[in-house]
Amino acid sequence: MREIRRVGMADLAAAVSPIILTTIGLGSCVGVALYDPKAKVGGLAHVMLPQSNGPVVSNPAKFADTALPLLVSKMQDYGATTRRLTAKVAGGAQMFHLTSPTETMRIGERNVKAVLEWLEKAGIPLLAQDTGGNWGRTVELNTETGEFLVRTIARGEKCL
Amino acid sequence: MTEPWSELHYDVLKEVGNIGAGNAATALAQLLGQQINMQVPSVMWLPFDDVSSRLGGPEKAVAGILLNVDSTAPATILVVFPLEQACLLLDVLLGRPQGSTVTVDEISASALQEIGNILAGSYLTSLSNFTGLTFVPMVPALAVDMAGAVLDYILAEFGQVADQVLLIETEFEAAGKDIYSYFFLVPKPDALKAIFAALGVGFE
Repeated sequence: MREIRRVGMADLAAAVSPIILTTIGLGSCVGVALYDPKAKVGGLAHVMLPQSNGPVVSNPAKFADTALPLLVSKMQDYGATTRRLTAKVAGGAQMFHLTSPTETMRIGERNVKAVLEWLEKAGIPLLAQDTGGNWGRTVELNTETGEFLVRTIARGEKCL
Repeated sequence: MTEPWSELHYDVLKEVGNIGAGNAATALAQLLGQQINMQVPSVMWLPFDDVSSRLGGPEKAVAGILLNVDSTAPATILVVFPLEQACLLLDVLLGRPQGSTVTVDEISASALQEIGNILAGSYLTSLSNFTGLTFVPMVPALAVDMAGAVLDYILAEFGQVADQVLLIETEFEAAGKDIYSYFFLVPKPDALKAIFAALGVGFE
């Protein structure tokens, strides 16, 4: 049996092949998988919010702008190189359709946008994404192959 | 936001939960035409990742009904049924033979939203009487999906200011039918001050 390591909400982890990294029940949160195919090092973040506000961040894994640099640095500790990294992204749904959509309501969309903007700035190519909609997702990053499996309750599963 | 409350604050919030839930249990009993057992409400200050374990884990299929509550002490109400429990409840509500509801169709969705309305309305009425504050429930929305996904929108609101969330939780169980549900009152980050002030309890 392969070791499966679970990444919690507002958490992140890096691992080397053949460990599988998973995070469960993404709604408006976004699962960001980074992968270095040569070093076979993977990283997975369960991002909850787009931006950290203020200088003191108690948990950098919570925000897109602080989680992703931290994830890259953890992957470097395992031998990953930034210029080889590629990204796959899933989540960012809008689970509830309320009649008065406030800023928080569109949190999923804003999370995805913040992640994609950060990746572009960091020069990490986005290979695939499965984002938006109104359904939850569970994801698994296979650090041996870089495959990113997205599971849902009512819409089956797909491999990115 | 660190843990700013004392034993007294917990007790006050527990009483808030008790008073609200008692009335909601009565409403649910009338609706279902059967006795409803209610757990003593618990007041929890939980790390985000622990919230979904209250509901059987982040991947557990649930039906969640969410209502925002407009007030000087704004809050969110979330009523959660494990999916199989929601189906049993729908059998009773829609007069179907037990075991015949297996998915949440359009009629079932409106019925569940109505349940959310009734529970929230009765809960907030007694909360309003208790605190003297006005609470206006907004139109409910329904999501049938993984528990983690149903919860994270509510948690995101707290994420900006805290790593934990305050929950006032009550469990309801329909006697003899094995239907249970979780009722969460989640005061928005800045609402507690207004609740405690209204009850004459000091709070920084």
